[in-house]
Amino acid sequence: MSSDAMAIQTAEAADRPWLETLHEWVTTVDHKRLGILYVLYALFFLVVAGIEATIIRIQLMRPHNDFVSPQVFNRMFTMHGTTMIFFVVMPVLFGFANYLVPLVIGARDMAFPRLNAFSFWLTAFGGILLYFSFVGGFGLYGAGNAPDTGWWAYAPLTSRAFSPGHSTDYWTIALLVSGFGSIGTSINIIATILCMRCPGMKLSRMPLLAWLYLTMAGLVILSISPLTAAQMMLSIDRYLGAHFFDTQAGGSAALWMHFFWIFGHPEVYVLVIPAFAFVSEIIPVFSRKPIFGYPVMVGATLCIGFVSMSVWAHHMYTIGMSSYSNSFFVFTTMVIAVPTGIKIFNWLGTMWGGKIRFETPMLFCIGFLFQFLIAGLTGIMLGAAPFNWQLSGSYFVIAHFHYVIVGGILFALFAAFYYWFPKVTGRMLNDSLGKLHFWLFLIGFHMTFDVMHIPGILGMPRRIYTYESGRGWDTLNLIITIGTFIQGIAVLVFVANLIFSYFKGPRAGNDPWDAWTLEWSINSPPPEYNFASIPTVASRRPLWDLKHPEDPDSRYD
Amino acid sequence: MAKNYAGKWGAVTGRVIGVLVIVAGILLAAGLCTAAPRVDNPVPSIFEPHSTPADSIVHLSHFVLAITALIFLVVASLLTYAVVKFRNKAGDPQREPAQVYGSTQIELAWTVIPILIVVVLFLATARVIHAIQDAPKPVAALEVTAIGHQFWWEFRYPALGLVTANELHIPVSDPDHPTPTFLKLLSADTDHSFWVPQLAGKTDLIPNRVNEMWMDPHSTGIFLGQCAQYCGTQHAKMLLRVTVESPEAFQVWVNSQKQPAIQDEKETAGKRVFETTACVNCHEVGGTNATGRFGPDLTHLMSRSTIAAGAAENTKENLRLWIQNPDAIKPGSLMPAMQLTDADLDALVRYLETLQ
Repeated sequence: MSSDAMAIQTAEAADRPWLETLHEWVTTVDHKRLGILYVLYALFFLVVAGIEATIIRIQLMRPHNDFVSPQVFNRMFTMHGTTMIFFVVMPVLFGFANYLVPLVIGARDMAFPRLNAFSFWLTAFGGILLYFSFVGGFGLYGAGNAPDTGWWAYAPLTSRAFSPGHSTDYWTIALLVSGFGSIGTSINIIATILCMRCPGMKLSRMPLLAWLYLTMAGLVILSISPLTAAQMMLSIDRYLGAHFFDTQAGGSAALWMHFFWIFGHPEVYVLVIPAFAFVSEIIPVFSRKPIFGYPVMVGATLCIGFVSMSVWAHHMYTIGMSSYSNSFFVFTTMVIAVPTGIKIFNWLGTMWGGKIRFETPMLFCIGFLFQFLIAGLTGIMLGAAPFNWQLSGSYFVIAHFHYVIVGGILFALFAAFYYWFPKVTGRMLNDSLGKLHFWLFLIGFHMTFDVMHIPGILGMPRRIYTYESGRGWDTLNLIITIGTFIQGIAVLVFVANLIFSYFKGPRAGNDPWDAWTLEWSINSPPPEYNFASIPTVASRRPLWDLKHPEDPDSRYD
Repeated sequence: MAKNYAGKWGAVTGRVIGVLVIVAGILLAAGLCTAAPRVDNPVPSIFEPHSTPADSIVHLSHFVLAITALIFLVVASLLTYAVVKFRNKAGDPQREPAQVYGSTQIELAWTVIPILIVVVLFLATARVIHAIQDAPKPVAALEVTAIGHQFWWEFRYPALGLVTANELHIPVSDPDHPTPTFLKLLSADTDHSFWVPQLAGKTDLIPNRVNEMWMDPHSTGIFLGQCAQYCGTQHAKMLLRVTVESPEAFQVWVNSQKQPAIQDEKETAGKRVFETTACVNCHEVGGTNATGRFGPDLTHLMSRSTIAAGAAENTKENLRLWIQNPDAIKPGSLMPAMQLTDADLDALVRYLETLQ
């Protein structure tokens, strides 16, 4: 589209009444607008769940603190976990998928645009339903309102004997509904990637981002289904008199654990694989080299996808499984370290011999590499069942999975924000604010989550609203809380940067990073139809071919 | 050899710290003029084991830590080297670096080496799993049934015919004639987890399921722990304390616990309050008509150093407060506020204080 046409459209948009604009956004089936809606929705809940985390941390700042009651504290960690997993990280990743997948494969939209809109609104409804429980539900002993059973909602705490009100139902139905949304979007992603690629884009020429999202979407379908089944069984238990998880009537608490974790562990990979996708796109561009070992990266991803379906019970080493079961899950858990290690080595291989440019997206990717390495190594410690008997359920585990989710996934997400913001809005994010955000967040992150390993080693269990003094946990918890505040400030800097740069940032142009994938060949922001004419590609890096006709990738393809 | 020395030095340092803590504790106790229970091991670190499964876990963890530390050093150094060495230098001519797409040999190397490491780690881990989980039960083992309740612990010694709550007493084990303690873990309501880090790893107490764990302590002392599986509102104040005693001291404790409650004729008023209010629905006092099972057995209440599952010290003031308003100590606990008159409350506390 020419810039004149752009100007006309912008002028039109400015003249239109806001109600009409709102109507347009609510009824949109455009993958880019839905992507933006997903991301904004997730950012809103990021702030909400961040506030919940802050309340948790203020309460734990010193022993016997009474900032909140135990009931409120229990609701806070339940809502923090549920929100972050289901209404922050999943939607933000689906948002990026929606926005980027059609662009990188040269398509004009997702395969099923209406299903796409439907899925988004289901997910959105799920989040609203969950938060409506603050008004409409009751918790344990009828004392609370929001769910307070922990984000695993272990049976039999969710049975009507222990959760008499409706808070558990809000939790159950919120996840059920948003789960349908996730499955819808995943089907859409798979169909789009398999059927909508532009001419010349064989599976072996797809950007890694598309491969990784393909794997992620497959995992979502496999893992959300058992969760959905479990939620239905729980509702049937609660209202139709079944006894799946009702231990008083011969049901099994361990059955819920199996159902939950056969969702829960692949879910970790559902969240981390898109983070791998961002890193696999960003590191090559800022190292000025193609991704090292593309076929091995694809193979490792698929391998992670398969093996991740067989490791769930490493969350359950303490429930008294036989030594043979425990050994089996130790083996599968450790095996998954191999393909994950291959990925880290391949990113290293990509940087090796390159010319690394330390722009903000790359800074976050480098943070990701180091932190994900550490998260993987503490994962090996937790994978060794006997060591796990000490560490599981303690603050060590909390530190470990926050290292994965914050140090890994969130860092990769921040990198993705800085990298694709210019494409989405047409403006660059402010670089100084970006660097400030990076360093503040890095300091806050390490202050909180490095230190958090230690109270776990010193015997501090998770999910306790207060603790006794004199056990060596006091000072550590204070440091952790201070780190939380630094992270909070960093996130505010980031949000301020998003808003400021949206209005005042310098114009980005089509291709600010000198990148190689198709999304950078079109206008920023992209027109509604994405590509005026559907491109034809001859290699994995179509824009490299265009920029280097003397030595195109297609020569080696 | 070096390792032994390190172990000795660790033990010496541990002892010095222990002595300092004890001295500090005594000074504090003297200063406050209270009978604070002495705790030798206030920090329940998993790396200071005093019992067998805990120390085999520490050995395994040293091995795992060594391997992961080595991996970290190698990979982090390579990453740091790459980041420093291959940065884009200012004034570099705008030429792209050599475009390398991969290398089969290198890929193979960094696939095979991790596989070997994984096999080694797996075998080392499986050995310890087998050693702990499939350990035979010696004839001399002490058997205890631990039942998790919201939010306290019930300990029953079936062979000895005694019941206590929250504070487990077990004998220290002699390596020549081991007397390990085998715990049968049950739950009366929701999931709980028995975790005393210095004695053993945790095992969950799950309703409608029987779990087992064991510990073979090799030093005496009081070891702290707490419930490690979220079990409801007061999960945080479901504390555990295990007293490991010499066999003689343990026998003295057993004998005293076997006695029925002493009936002190002077405190009939308090006894009457206890037996005519809802107390008897939940609590048992041996030798009386109080036979409730929902709350802790109170027959030898005063032999315990804490009340409310470790949430408060067992003092007259705390007992009074606990009966008057449990929420003041443990909000959300299942003990109801008894709404007694001051006179009844005082009499009741005096009666409870006779339950030695």
